[in-house]
Amino acid sequence: MTSHRASPEPRQSEAPDSAQPSRRKILGYLIAAPTLAVGTRILGDVVAPATASAEGLPSNPWMADHYDFLDAMKDFTRHTANLIKVEIHDDGHVYHASPVSENGQGILTTLAMVIAEELDVPIEKVHVWCDDARVEHQYNQLTGGSTNLHVKTEPLKIACAIAREQMMTTAAQQWGVPREELTASDGVVNGKNGQRIEYGALSKLAAVDTDTPVTDPYLKPASEYKVIGKPQRRLDAYEAVTGTKVFTGDLQVKDALPTMVHRGPNIKASVISVENMDEVRNMSGVTDVGVIPSGVAVRAATFGQCIDAVRALKVKWKDGPVADESDDTVIQKLKAAVPPLPPRTAGAKTIEYDFINYFASNTPLETGIAVADVRKDGAEIWAPAKIPIIAMQDIALRTGLPQDKVTFHVMPGGGSFGRRLFHEHAMDAAEASYLFGKPVKLMWHRTDDFRHGRQHPPAVSRVRLTYSGDKVLSFSQHHTGVQNDLGHGLGEIASASMARQELGQYTVGAWFYAVTQSSHYEFGPSESTYHELEIPFWTTSMRHVYSPNVATARELAVDQLGHAMGLDPVDVRLKFLRPEFHGVVHKAAELGNWGRPLPDGVAQGIAINDEYKQRMAVLTEIDTRPETVNRKVKDPPYEGYVTGPRVTKIVLVLEGAHIYNPLGIKAQLMSGANDGIAIALTMSTHLKDGIPLEGSWDNSYYTRQWNTPHDMQIHLMPNTYEPDRNPGGAGEVAVGPAMASVACAYAQATGKVPTEFPIQHQKELPFHPHAIVPPIPQSPTEGLDWAY
Amino acid sequence: MPEHTFKLNGKRITVEAPDHVRLLWVLRDLLSVTGPKYGCGLAVCQACTSHINGKATNICAVPVGDLNPDDEVVTIEGLADTVGKDLHPMQEAWLEHDVAQCGYCQPGQIMAAVAHVRKSREEGVPLDDDYMDNIKNICRCGTYQRIREAIKDGAEGM
Ligand code: FES
Ligand code: FES
Repeated sequence: MTSHRASPEPRQSEAPDSAQPSRRKILGYLIAAPTLAVGTRILGDVVAPATASAEGLPSNPWMADHYDFLDAMKDFTRHTANLIKVEIHDDGHVYHASPVSENGQGILTTLAMVIAEELDVPIEKVHVWCDDARVEHQYNQLTGGSTNLHVKTEPLKIACAIAREQMMTTAAQQWGVPREELTASDGVVNGKNGQRIEYGALSKLAAVDTDTPVTDPYLKPASEYKVIGKPQRRLDAYEAVTGTKVFTGDLQVKDALPTMVHRGPNIKASVISVENMDEVRNMSGVTDVGVIPSGVAVRAATFGQCIDAVRALKVKWKDGPVADESDDTVIQKLKAAVPPLPPRTAGAKTIEYDFINYFASNTPLETGIAVADVRKDGAEIWAPAKIPIIAMQDIALRTGLPQDKVTFHVMPGGGSFGRRLFHEHAMDAAEASYLFGKPVKLMWHRTDDFRHGRQHPPAVSRVRLTYSGDKVLSFSQHHTGVQNDLGHGLGEIASASMARQELGQYTVGAWFYAVTQSSHYEFGPSESTYHELEIPFWTTSMRHVYSPNVATARELAVDQLGHAMGLDPVDVRLKFLRPEFHGVVHKAAELGNWGRPLPDGVAQGIAINDEYKQRMAVLTEIDTRPETVNRKVKDPPYEGYVTGPRVTKIVLVLEGAHIYNPLGIKAQLMSGANDGIAIALTMSTHLKDGIPLEGSWDNSYYTRQWNTPHDMQIHLMPNTYEPDRNPGGAGEVAVGPAMASVACAYAQATGKVPTEFPIQHQKELPFHPHAIVPPIPQSPTEGLDWAY
Repeated sequence: MPEHTFKLNGKRITVEAPDHVRLLWVLRDLLSVTGPKYGCGLAVCQACTSHINGKATNICAVPVGDLNPDDEVVTIEGLADTVGKDLHPMQEAWLEHDVAQCGYCQPGQIMAAVAHVRKSREEGVPLDDDYMDNIKNICRCGTYQRIREAIKDGAEGM
C-alpha cells in the first residue's frame, strides 16, 4: 500500500471547499445507451499512516488503526466499481439499480441523497432499488460490515457528476453558448438569458453511442451540499405505513403456494425416513410432500395447512454433528482453547478476567423466506440476500442450470442483522421447487428461525491489563469463539488485502477480526487476537460481529483499572484514551449529567468504541433495585415476558467525518442501542443437546417496550471531514459501545463485575420450551379473547 | 369446504377455507391481503395485529370459523378509510417521525397504537411512557423510541 500523504491532515470543522479526492486518477464512462447512462471506475489507493499520542505509553499500532475493513472493501471493489450505473430517462427521473441490498438500514435512501445532490435533481425523482444478482458486480454486490456508504459513495458521485456535466455540455451546444454560462438546479439546466431545459428533454440528446471514458469529472464541493447533511426521511416510508411495501412473502407469483419444512430434533440432523408421507399428502390443502436436504418440505394452499402437515409428519432422523453439545460443553471447550496470555512483568499488578458470551440468535422479524420457480430450462428466485451472487451460483450448481439461466431478484428484507449474508432460505425454496416441479413460496417457521437458523457464536474473551502505580504496562485480549462462518466469502478479500499488508499471516477469521479492532487506548505494548474453535453450528456475523463482546470485556476491565487507580470511569478513559476520543467522552458525560447523585442500586456507566470510521461514546444509567428488576408487564397473554434491570437512560454520542443523513444515522444509533441493551441483559439462546431451547420471541428476549429506556439522547458531533474516514458506516456502530456501556453501568450499580452475558442467561429459564418433536408449535386459537 | 362471510376493510366477502385455518393465512394466502405480517404465528410478536370490531387482535390466533358475518375486520390497508382520509393520523405521525426501518413490524405497530390510544381513553389513563411500556409489539429493528413519539403525536390527531 502506498500512502497518499505523509502526515495526518489537521481535523477540519468547516466543510472543505472541494470534495475532489486528492491525487487519484478517476475514470468514468459515458455508456452507450438510448438515454444518458454513466458508469465509473476508480484507480488508486488510499491509506493513511497511523498516528498516536496520549498520556499513557503509546500502544503499538494495530492493523485496524490504519487499515480497516472499510478500506479493504474499498480496495477490493475498485475494479468492479464501473458497474455502478446511473441512468436518466426522458421522464426526467434518475434510475439506479444498486448492488446494495436494503434490509431496513436505509442505505437506498442515503444513496438516493447522493444522487440528488451530485446531479442537482429533486430526490422525489430519484429511484434506487436492489439490482438482480449479477456476476459482474463481484464484491460490489456484498452488503455487510457497514461498508456500503463508504465504498459506494464515490463511484456514485462520479457517475452523477459526469452525467450532469454531459447534460450541461449538451445544452450549451444546443443553445450555442459557452458551457460556463450554464447552471443546473432541480433537474433543469438554466442558461444566462432565461433559457431552460429539463433533464428529461436532454437525456436523449446527451446520450452517446459508444462507451466514452471521462477523466477527473468535477465533483461538487462539500461546502455547496444542499441535500447531503440534511435530515432525509426514508423513501419507502409511505409503503411501510400503508402496508403496501412488498416483502418476499407478499409477492403474488402464480402457483407459488405456501411451503414449509419439517426440520430435525437437533442442528443439521438428516432425514432417514418419513413414515407417513402418503397420509400427510392427503391432508386438507396439501399438494406436495418430499425430502430436501434440510428436512421434509410440505406445499399447501395456506401456511396454516403447512403448519398442520409439518406437525403431522413422522420422520426418523440421523443426529447432526453437534447433537451432544450443550452450553456447558461448548463453554468448557472454549475456555480450554484460549491461548495463554504473555508472561507477566515481575512486580506488575494485574487485572484479569474471562468474559463469557452465550449464543444469540440474529433472527429478523421476517423469517427466512423465498419464492422460487425452478424449471428444466431456467430458474427465477425472489429473496432478500446480502450476497446474492453466491446464492445464485449455489442454486445454479445444485439445479444443474447454467448461471445465466438463474435469475435472482433481490427483495427488500424485513431485517437482517447478519442473517441475510447466507441464503439457506433461498436454497430451501429452490430445492423444494426443483423437487416438486412447481413454484413455491417457502417460509421458515418462527421456531425454525430460532432453532435452525444461524446464530452469533459464543465466545470467551480473556482480558489482562498490567499496571504499576499510575502507569499501565500492557494490555492483552485473547478473544476465543466458536468459528464464525465467513463462508459467504470474504476469503478473496482477505487474501487480496493480506497480500498488501505487512502485518503477518492471518486466517480469514483472524484477518476479519484484525481489520475491525482498533487499539483506542495508550496502554503500552498491547495486543488483541482472535482464535476460533471449529464446531459445526450454524453461525454468522451478527450485527457488529465480534465487537460487542470484545468492547464489553475491554471496557469492563478499564473500569476496574480506574477503580484500582482511584479514577472514576470518565477520568480513567480521559487519562488513557487517545486524544481523538476525548471529545465524545466529554460530550456524553455532559449530556448524561455524569456523576449526578443516584440512589443505591442505580448507577451510570460509560464506554467507547471506534469502528466503521466513527467514534462513539455511550453513557448508560441503569436501575437494578429489586422493585424495578421484578416489575411486571401488564396483561401478558403468555409467560415469558422478562423484565430485569432497567436501562433508564442512554446517551449516544457519535463523531464522524461527514454525516450524510442525520435522521438516518440517528435511527441506526437508536436501533443499535436497543440491540446493545438486549445482548447485555436479556437476549441469548440456551443450547441443549444440539438445539436451542428458544423457539420464539417470548423465549429469546430482544428488547421490548418495557425494557427500552424512556430517555434516549442521540448526539452527533460536528463533522470532522477527515478525508480517509469519509463517510463512515452506521448500521452496526452503536451495538458494541451500547452493550459495553450497559454492562459497565450494571457493574457500577451492583458492585459486581458481570462475567457472563447476557446477564439473564444463567437465571432459571423463565419459559417452558416449545416441544422439539413435532418441531413447530401450533398457533393458539384464543385471539378473539385476547383482543383489546 | 366451509364458507366464511365477514366484512373485510368495509366490504363483505366470502371465502372458502377449513374452519381452523387462522385468519392471517386466509387473508394473506387466499385473499392476497398482505398488510398484516407473520412474525411468529404464536400471538407473541404482534406483527399480524389487525382490528376485529375495533379491537386489536392477533389474527394468527383466530380460526376463521370463529368469525360471524357481521364481524368487521380492518387491516392496515383499510385503516385510513375508517377516518375517511388518505392516511390515518397515526400513519401521518409515523411518517412525520420517520419511524420505519425495515418496516416489517410497522403495520402491526400502527394497528396496535390506534387501539392503545382508544383503550387508554376508555380507561381514563394517560397515554404516557409508563403506559407505553405495556405495548407488546416487537420491533427487531429497535424503533421503539420513535414509535413512542409517533403514538403521542398520532393520538392528538385522533
Ligand atoms: S404473527 Fe401474530 S402475533 Fe406474531
Ligand atoms: S422496522 Fe424492522 S422490525 Fe420494526
